[in-house]
Amino acid sequence: MFKVTIDGIEVEIPEGSTILEAARKIGPEVAPPTMCYYSSLETSGGYCRTCLVEVTKGSEKDPRPMPKLVPACRTQAMDGMVVTNELSARVKEARAGVTEFLLFNHPLDCPVCDQAGECHLQDLSYEHGKYKTRTDFERRTFEKIDIGDKISLHMNRCILCYRCVKVADQLTDNRVHGVLNRGDHAEISTYIKEAIDNDFSGNMIDVCPVGALTDRTFRFKSRVWFTKPMDAHRDCEKCSGKVVLWYKGDDVLRVTGRKDTWGEVEEFICNTCRFDKKKTSDWTIEGVRDISRHSVISANKYKKLVKPNEFTLNDIKALPE
Amino acid sequence: MQRKLLFEHIDTEGIQTFDVYRSKGGYSSVEKALKTMSPDEVVEEVKRSGLRGRGGAGFPTGMKWGFLAKPEGVPRYLVCNADESEPGTFKDRYLMEHIPHLLIEGMITSSYALGANTSYIYVRGEFFYVIRILERAIEEAYKNGWLGKNIQGSGFDHDIYVHPGAGAYICGEETALLESLEGKRGNPRIKPPFPAVKGLYGCPTVVNNVETIAAVCSIVNDGGAAYADIGVGRSTGTKLISASGHINKPGVYEIELGLPVEEFIYSDAFCGGILNGKALKAVVAGGSSVPILPAELILKTAEGEPRLMSYESLADGGFATGTMLGSGGFIVMDESASVVHNLYTFTRFYHHESCGQCSPCREGTGWMEKILHKILEGNGTMEDIDLLWDVQSKIEGNTICPLGDAAAWPVASAIRHFRHEFEEYVKHPARHQQINFYDHCHNLASATT
Ligand SMILES: Cc1cc2nc3c(=O)[nH]c(=O)nc-3n(C[C@H](O)[C@H](O)[C@H](O)COP(=O)(O)O)c2cc1C
Ligand code: SF4
Ligand code: SF4
Ligand code: FES
Repeated sequence: MFKVTIDGIEVEIPEGSTILEAARKIGPEVAPPTMCYYSSLETSGGYCRTCLVEVTKGSEKDPRPMPKLVPACRTQAMDGMVVTNELSARVKEARAGVTEFLLFNHPLDCPVCDQAGECHLQDLSYEHGKYKTRTDFERRTFEKIDIGDKISLHMNRCILCYRCVKVADQLTDNRVHGVLNRGDHAEISTYIKEAIDNDFSGNMIDVCPVGALTDRTFRFKSRVWFTKPMDAHRDCEKCSGKVVLWYKGDDVLRVTGRKDTWGEVEEFICNTCRFDKKKTSDWTIEGVRDISRHSVISANKYKKLVKPNEFTLNDIKALPE
Repeated sequence: MQRKLLFEHIDTEGIQTFDVYRSKGGYSSVEKALKTMSPDEVVEEVKRSGLRGRGGAGFPTGMKWGFLAKPEGVPRYLVCNADESEPGTFKDRYLMEHIPHLLIEGMITSSYALGANTSYIYVRGEFFYVIRILERAIEEAYKNGWLGKNIQGSGFDHDIYVHPGAGAYICGEETALLESLEGKRGNPRIKPPFPAVKGLYGCPTVVNNVETIAAVCSIVNDGGAAYADIGVGRSTGTKLISASGHINKPGVYEIELGLPVEEFIYSDAFCGGILNGKALKAVVAGGSSVPILPAELILKTAEGEPRLMSYESLADGGFATGTMLGSGGFIVMDESASVVHNLYTFTRFYHHESCGQCSPCREGTGWMEKILHKILEGNGTMEDIDLLWDVQSKIEGNTICPLGDAAAWPVASAIRHFRHEFEEYVKHPARHQQINFYDHCHNLASATT
């Protein structure tokens, strides 16, 4: 086991762990934000640079600090390493910079974006963004392409985190979905614009941190914070069948995988569960999904809310002096 | 008199052909290495020579070779980086075009030292005629028994393949190059692992620049010590400099490292002074990526010492008052040149060439280009200059590969040394709209015809 200190908190981790894994073990208070890393996708991470941290002591053996900030998600932790995250002014400045870069070409269409409310870029900009924009240049736009009747691609919103590409590589048929072109004109596309037709392609929606890949069957049906998430499962021969059903009234508006504290799905689910099972009778309901108190999704919610007694003027008079 | 190690025979008629090249002593380094030296002895000679990578970073070649992992039963590769696309740099093309066998010879000798039975030359795609020249040279080498099985009866087998790039500057970055060579999208890899451990097809690989590999021939022929005798301090040997811009004699020069910059610019043996007798304004000394320096700082260091063409002297003063030797792309600007306009051209290039993997480089390069365009159009404000500074500072050091730094440094140095010029554009937009890039090209053309 290695000992690593992050923002003054010590933690023990197995050899070969990354700084991010160590930070997540301590908890959300020291874990850097991650826009591209996804623990269940191999070779993910390293792209977005939001997880940059400062290494002030390399290791017990070689205590020299690292000259550059390093991506926590792709940097191995060493025994005796000391890392600063939120406590480092350099890190905060770089992270604010990365946030600004990610927003530089991102459209301000949150009011009509289905991801709003569960968008990691929104969260990132609340926490690390500037209050005022420093650019009024026209934003980059892409020609719209159709990638099938289940998933909708809004390339203008994409932050090129490569997660969906890894899903395509690792869960579905190789190389049907990838990145075309270069630089800020690089775009996600499917091979010769053909629809991705694979049992696990829908997971791209869940891994996409922004509203670039969204569920077409859920399109414009509701804002997520007006829906009510329920854990449910079914016997499925293709996947674990463990999902979250998002209800409005008695209707299941969409089905997704179950996301953990870090916004990553616990298990990937198949397209049949996701797109074709939209009736309560298809599922065994386990109960209300536990959503973080801080998330907008939990706004106005149910769980511990008690219906208040109705007031009358007499009640007010009855209050003690 | 300056010694020439690479270009000694470059003017010889027919030196592109095997017969003439051989008659001038060509392939003797292969002969010497295969017959009289062990691979490790060759590596030792290269270490002794102090040779440093000529592709830009200047990393000691012998040390790099020493890092190569040698697991049992796993092939090793040598890959020659001939993707030369850095604005202002054109020495590798010149070498391959005029004396291709020197590179082939260096490839065989170096591969022997590294224990590689296969090597690749990754050539910038636009150099299609160079690819043909190299392939012809390789064919001749096979015919004469210098490539293939059991070279010259030594028992060493070697094959060389030439691979054309597809028009991306980023594929000159060594790990992007390896991806591209494997037939994938040319995105730089996240390091570690380094190529020396996991390179081409996951096998230990050395990536070296054309000039670096070519230099190995004379190191093996004359010994590392003789090579180290040339130059100053840790800048040993000779270096090819691509000289361009407002000078009387643009071209590729082989110089002994340590030559004073002033002599290089003004001597008739080299650049021959500034075009039309104008005054020197600024120099970009090592290709578009390195910081620009104003005349007074390129000729003398901040301490008033003469600036030399060497890794250390050019870097003297750090980025505050120094620059880098880089790949040796020496771009000279006279008093009529616009630093802001030149910077715009460079920045546009980096924006165009960013692979787009990491956000600071992908978005930041475009942002800088837009701000510079705004300033050039006469719509800039003083805040835009500060914003430009801030944007470059957020890119530098925060990216996967050094292209982000390469895009940031020219911006930072131009503002550091020529802020007044940016302010001029902001204050008197109309006055500057006349000066444009095309006028400069026109001036150059009329002066040289
Ligand atoms: C964006 C970028 C472009 C590069 N282009 C080239 C190139 O065209 N030729 C080259 O030899 N090295 C280039 N390099 C440097 C290579 O990554 C690598 O350091 C070099 O090939 C190593 O060879 P050397 O040790 O012989 O210099 C480039 C680096 C970067 C970051
Ligand atoms: S579409 Fe979404 S998941 Fe895919 S690269 Fe873009 S932001 Fe990432
Ligand atoms: S720095 Fe630029 S070129 Fe290099 S990996 Fe990042 S986006 Fe690509
Ligand atoms: S999460 Fe580490 S670089 Fe994106």
